[in-house]
Formats: sequence, C-alpha cells, structure tokens
Amino acid sequence: MRASDAVAVEIRSPNGILPKVEHPTLGRASALAARYLVLFGIAALYLFPFAVVVSTSLKPATEIFSLPPRLGSDHWTFDNYKAAFDAMPFWRYLFNTGFISTVTVIGQLFSSSIVAYSLAKIRWRGRDALLILIVATMMLPPQVTMIPVYIAWNRIGLTGTYLPLLVPQFFGNAFFIFMLRQFFRGIPEELLDSARLDGASELRIYWSIVLPLARPALVALAIFAFMWAWTDFLLPLIYINDPQQYTLSIGLYSFFSEHGVAWGALMAAATLMSAPLIVVFLFGQRQFLQGIAFTGIK
Amino acid sequence: MAHRSVYRGLLFASPWIVGFLVFQLVPIIASAYYSFTNFNLFQDPQFVGLHNYQRLTSDDLFWKSLFNTVYLTVFGVPISLTAALIAALALNMRVRGQWFFRTVVFLPTVVPVVAATYIWRWLLNGQYGFVNEALAAAHLGQPLWLDDPPWTKPALILMSLWVTGSAMIVFLAALQDVPGIYYEAATIDGAGLWAKFRHITIPLISPVILFETIIAGIFTLQYFTQAYLLSQTRFNAASGGPENSLLVYGLYLFQQGFVNLNMGYASAMAWVLLFVALAGTLLLLRLSRNRVFYAGE
Repeated sequence: MRASDAVAVEIRSPNGILPKVEHPTLGRASALAARYLVLFGIAALYLFPFAVVVSTSLKPATEIFSLPPRLGSDHWTFDNYKAAFDAMPFWRYLFNTGFISTVTVIGQLFSSSIVAYSLAKIRWRGRDALLILIVATMMLPPQVTMIPVYIAWNRIGLTGTYLPLLVPQFFGNAFFIFMLRQFFRGIPEELLDSARLDGASELRIYWSIVLPLARPALVALAIFAFMWAWTDFLLPLIYINDPQQYTLSIGLYSFFSEHGVAWGALMAAATLMSAPLIVVFLFGQRQFLQGIAFTGIK
Repeated sequence: MAHRSVYRGLLFASPWIVGFLVFQLVPIIASAYYSFTNFNLFQDPQFVGLHNYQRLTSDDLFWKSLFNTVYLTVFGVPISLTAALIAALALNMRVRGQWFFRTVVFLPTVVPVVAATYIWRWLLNGQYGFVNEALAAAHLGQPLWLDDPPWTKPALILMSLWVTGSAMIVFLAALQDVPGIYYEAATIDGAGLWAKFRHITIPLISPVILFETIIAGIFTLQYFTQAYLLSQTRFNAASGGPENSLLVYGLYLFQQGFVNLNMGYASAMAWVLLFVALAGTLLLLRLSRNRVFYAGE
C-alpha cells in the first residue's frame, strides 16, 4: 500500500497512455491539505462537547444561562467544583468505584485467562464446542438473566452489598476469554511443548510462560474491565441502596435528581468522574485499541 | 492420555462453565418459569399459565416500548455504523500525526455513560444548548429535542454518534487488512475513489460490517441507561420521556420488574426480547447471505 502512489504514476495504464498526473508537487500538497482539513473537521466535532463541558463547569451560574450560549467567560471560577464536592461525598464514591473496579480487574484477569488457556493451548475434545457456546452467550440479552439472578441474591439476603457485582467477575467473561484466546493462539506451540518435555505442569506453563508473554493482551483486558466496572450503571442501580455505598455513576445520578438544573456543578461532577478514565485511556491507549481490534469487542 | 487431557481442559475451563451454569443457564430456566407466574418478590410465585403473555398483547406501553426500540435499531444502527465507517476511512488516510486524530475520535467512548448522557442533556437543551445554537447559525430549524416527542429518539441517535469509537476501531483494523495491491491494480485500471470503495473496500470488509451490525443491533435492543437518564425526572423515576417516546423496551422491563415488582410479567418481557433478538439475528444473517464476501471461500 505504501508504494501505491509511486506505482500508479510510473506504470503505464493498459491502453498505453501515461496516467494523468497533475502538477506533481502542487497536486500532492493540496491533497494533503484536504486530508488534514477533513481530519481537523472530524476532530473538532468530537472535541466540541468536551469544550462545552469544561467551559460550563468553570462558569458562574449567571453566565451559563446566557443567550446566545458561548464558550468563553468573563469570570472563570472553580465554584462549581466546590459545589459538587459539597453536594456529594465525592472521595467516598471515588473509593467505592475504585474498589469495585479493582476487584473486577483482578477477578477477570485470573478467571478469563485460565479459561482462554484451556481453549487455546490444551488440546481436548469438546473445546471447539465450548468456544462456540461461549461466543453464543455474548448474544444473550442480559435482561433475560437479570431478574432471576436478582431474585436469587435477594433470597440469600445479599442485595444491598457489593457481592452481586463482584462475585460474577471471578467466573470469566465471554468477551475477555475470546480476546485472550485469540492472543494466546499466537504464542508458539514449540515453547510449550519443550516445557512439557521438561516435565512442567499445565498450570506452571500457564503461569510462567503464557501469562508473561501475553502481557499486552492482559493490559488491554485490565483496562477494559476497569472501564466497564467504572461506568456500569444498571447493576449498581439495582443492587446498591445505601448512599454510603454509591458508585460515582449512581452518585452523579442522584446528584442530578436533586440539583437537576445546576448545570455548572453537574458538568464539574461529570468532569471529575470522567477524568480518571481519560487518564487511564491516554496511558494505555495502544494496548486498549489493539484489544478492540482483536475481537471486534464493544 | 486423551481422557486426561479432556479432564484437564475441563478443569481449566471450569470457572466459565460454573459461572455459565450459575449465572446464565439456571437463571434462563428460572426466567422461563417466572414468566408463567405472578411474583412480587415477597409472596411465593403463583402459577398463572400464559396469562402474562396474553396481557402483553393488550398492553399499549409494551407495544410502544417495542416500537421505540425497533425504531432505534432500524434507524440508529445503520446511521451510527455509517458514521463509524466514515470516521474509520478518514482515520485510515496516511498522514503524519494520525494517532492524534484516532485518539480524539475514540476519547468520547471512554467517558462514563452517566456523564456522557448528562453532557448531552445540556448540549441538547432547547434554549441554552449548543446544538441548537449551531443549527441556528446554519439557519436550520431548532427542535426542542428531549421535550418534543418526535425528536427524542433522533436526539438519542445523535448522541450515539459521539460514542462510535469501538465500531470505528474495528472498521479501521479491517481497512488496514485490505491488501494494498488491490487498490494499486484498480488505480491502474483507472478506477476512481468511489469505485474502489464500492468494489474493493466494501466487499472485503463486509464480514466485519455484518458482525458489527449484529453486535450493534443486539446492543440497541438492550438499550437502557441512556433512555433512563434522558427521561429521568426524579430519583428512581424515569418517566419514559414526553408521551413515552423514550420508553425503550429495556426501560419498560426495568419499570415492570424493579419499580412495580411485577417480576413474572418482566420475565415474560425478557423472553419476548430473547426471541426478537434471535429472529433479528437470523433475519440479518439470511439477508446478508449473498452480500457478504468471505475471502477464505
């Protein structure tokens, strides 16, 4: 692909006429300019909402409701952030959310990777059928299992705790298993076979050979799991009742319920809630984006 | 030896197998059972046969919510996937600094859905919102969006365009897998940009388009959080929006199950959803049979 432009210019087209080449440098420069124009246009569209959020969060209430709306301000202020901190125990919610997300990452790292090892590196009859079953469960609407699972947690008296959110994370996740399986398959079989000849157990091979080699995929999984747990809304909404246990999602939701039109404070709270994830993304973006491309995961 | 490796394979896969049994298979069976009962969580389930399913057929809100969800799937999925594909094409151009643009387009997808939804409630504010300000600047009409029943679902679709990052990345990866030699050959034959896109790019990435369509379709059928938060008026009170125009299927199921505690009725709704998802997927696979090109065949 890299050489396509040059090839197109140099090779004669079938009817023997040189392909039309416009003014070589001028044509190329304007094509490049057009590309950047498109890209900057797209970037502006995607970035604009961020600009609005940050600007709204830094404005006094009197300026937020100005007509016509504008991005700039004459009186930048941090009052909205102060209001957001006063209105909810932000650090408490941050800790709760961080705790749930961390446990989720740990649970998924171990459980999904060991299942993926079975599917990619142990030759056994029935593993292809299992893989198909795992992929098929991705299509199952969560609403079908949501109600009976809630009833079961309710019956054993554990609604209102984090357990319904955390326990399932230790049994693997179809998306993560599939992603890791794809990655594990790329690890050369000879490496494992020579370890097997030396008498290493499967558990040892999994732990000391495959996991260290799969670091990029594991990082991608960790970022995914962290983000999904951090953003989750439905499960905490169903299972958590005590305001002391709220996650940031539920905290922001209850904040909006009480202070609906306090847009400045709301946008400040939204900024505070999003910032940690944006930082995680910017640091791990390479692995993260590769991970998505691996599976076509959402 | 063979026996031992089956045993070993199952052992290593056991976390998922146990989780599947406990959190999926048994609940699915239980859900089918509950769908034939009246159950409010506090008294024992009462068997009522097909009553819940009969009630569904005459429940206006059920039909309204089904319509809303089908609307979002039929219009929203093609629109947001087209946007993702266009973005992917742009982000596949060979220019210096491309990583910056890819990061920017993906960034909104990282924003927590609760925060993103409130951000759009503010952007779409009929009076003070920037979306209408932009429309006014372009001399276009300015709908009231979330306050005007015909405009609430388009608002939801507009919002979804901001978070197409995942589909965009998958399309981008697929585009990068298209061998450059095809384009070179087409260029020599005098094919223009559109012809190359239509006859090379689209066929070669069609399996990925089909996969993304199925995933996005199933995802949209389950739509809940955004509709809940856009129509929310008070704590634990999602209204369904003006004239229930935002009462999507997942939201109505939630209201029946967790607000009204009609667990049996909600289970019946869940089973209908399962069949709709299944039928939709099969329909899509069938429609696409002659349109998707698999390079291996």
